Amino acid sequence: MTVPDAARTAGAASSRALGATRAMQRRRRAGSTMTVLIWAAAGLSLLPLVLIAGHLLVGGVRVLTPTFFTALPAPPGVAGGGVANGIAGTLVLIALASVIGLPVGLGAGLYLAEHRSTRLATIVRYLSDVLSGLPSIVLGIFAWEVVVRPSGQFSALAGGFALGMIMIPLVARATEEMVRLVPVALSEAALALGFTRWRTSLSIVLRTALPGIVTAALVAVARVAGETAPLLFTAFGTPYWSLRVDQPIAALPLQIYNYAMSPYDDWRAQAWGGALVLIVLVLVISMLARRATRSRFASASGGAVND
Amino acid sequence: MTAPTLPPVAHRRPVRTDVRVDATPARGYGDRVYGVFITTCALAVPALLVLVAAVIARSAWPAIEQVGTELLVGRTWDVPRGQFGALPALLGTLASSLFALLLATPLALGVAIYVTELAPLRLRKPVAFLVDVLAAIPSVVYGLWALYVLVPFLREHAMPFLGETLGLRELALFRGPAYGPSLLAASLVLAIMVLPYIASVAREVLQAVPRAQREAALALGATRWEMVRDAVLPYARSGLVGAVILGLGRALGETMAVTMVIGNRHEVPTSLFQPAYTMASLLANEFAEASGELHLSALMAVAGLLLAITLVVNAIARWLVWRMERRA
Repeated sequence: MTVPDAARTAGAASSRALGATRAMQRRRRAGSTMTVLIWAAAGLSLLPLVLIAGHLLVGGVRVLTPTFFTALPAPPGVAGGGVANGIAGTLVLIALASVIGLPVGLGAGLYLAEHRSTRLATIVRYLSDVLSGLPSIVLGIFAWEVVVRPSGQFSALAGGFALGMIMIPLVARATEEMVRLVPVALSEAALALGFTRWRTSLSIVLRTALPGIVTAALVAVARVAGETAPLLFTAFGTPYWSLRVDQPIAALPLQIYNYAMSPYDDWRAQAWGGALVLIVLVLVISMLARRATRSRFASASGGAVND
Repeated sequence: MTAPTLPPVAHRRPVRTDVRVDATPARGYGDRVYGVFITTCALAVPALLVLVAAVIARSAWPAIEQVGTELLVGRTWDVPRGQFGALPALLGTLASSLFALLLATPLALGVAIYVTELAPLRLRKPVAFLVDVLAAIPSVVYGLWALYVLVPFLREHAMPFLGETLGLRELALFRGPAYGPSLLAASLVLAIMVLPYIASVAREVLQAVPRAQREAALALGATRWEMVRDAVLPYARSGLVGAVILGLGRALGETMAVTMVIGNRHEVPTSLFQPAYTMASLLANEFAEASGELHLSALMAVAGLLLAITLVVNAIARWLVWRMERRA
């Protein structure tokens, strides 16, 4: 090999290497472009959260006085109305919904966890997921047809029923996931000691999964607490103080809706206050849900619960 | 003599798939009651679905008989005259949802990819948490915000900008005066609302992609983005499509926020700038004050139509997501 030959070879190699670097640079550049775009997408997605939180605080804090929590709604133009009946009504509706929805959801969840791969379990699991995606207003109409129409009047019970139906699939699927995390050795040990199946389920499986199930229940409650559409023609709302289950009852989301759509400035202002209270309520329930799981259960299951 | 070797998977968590508590025989009265109870609860889920469909179908029957296909193709909704054409609401529902999806999908997939693949580890959980918070905001609060912040902004700034400055007014899609309450406003608020749903399902789907898939791509010299594009996304495709369709299902049935900003005008939507109507809004506005059996029945028919559409959409979406997660 002569010297010029060697130089040529070296030159070719280096230009090949240069080409490779250029390709690499192009790929890197494509990579960083996409990375920037994806960062931008993440930022842009969270922008509404910032805006909504800001406007809620600005608009809401102004009307949050002690009377706002203790007074009944005032007619437009009269100062000092509140949403006391709405808050109480929402709590009543949540309680009714839980009484109706929790046991059924819990039972269905236990069934799904214990009969994991039977055909019925597969169908129920699939339909729960489908059910939880249906419009809540349709369930409101269902509740109107089976509760309001026969009884002849709007009632808290009808509202609780509608919300309870919404809770069932949510609770069922979440309960199943929580019960699945309980080591099977625990139930086997109980069964081996002569426990019956129902005792095993109640005092071993459910007890162990309890924090997780509390979380599941609270997540479902947080979800229905802000529901408005299914209450429009079930709970209906009322400007008066009422806790009776057979009468129309006020609810915070309904009041926000009515105030927001009203032509009166003071009612509109109060809608922001109501929204702030509702958001805080929902977030507090959600936080409690996270806490319940984190305290004891997360460590036992390797942190899989919160992911 | 060698020590007996342990089976290689001894340290893993016990795999529970082959263990069934119900393999033990039921004993006594308590077990039977317990078994019947949980089975009844499980059966309640399909029963509820069937019951909802049956009850709504039964109540909708008089209108279906009397109004017939006019419900689907009629353009006039005139209660006193007994004209119940729900076509504008049907098209409004589809248009607002599809446009919302168009806006939300790239952002939602971006967030999901960000959280699972690209974000610094420290940021992953907080961002995922904030997205979940976005999903927890009640619909009526979105509506309130949209009505008093988004709609004025659209009317004063965005619509004139799109129409005049960019000259989009010439296009049919952007024709008409800048009202504020409009198909555009509804689509925007819907986009904001479905984004966290799509993002969180997409996140689960991406997390179900096996690690080996990513490691193999990186080992072959792929950049991080190439790994996502060539190894992660193709593997997750059907699940991601499912996530998007799930978002569509949400958007179709979303009621309060849309009712508050869409303008509730019963006309076939032709421009994003014009007020429109959706099926859910129609129900929210008229159901409580339905006058007469036929009106009520026509609304029931609209509810049945909405139920049927969302049922199909959700069934497809869930099936896609499931197939993906089971394969993983």
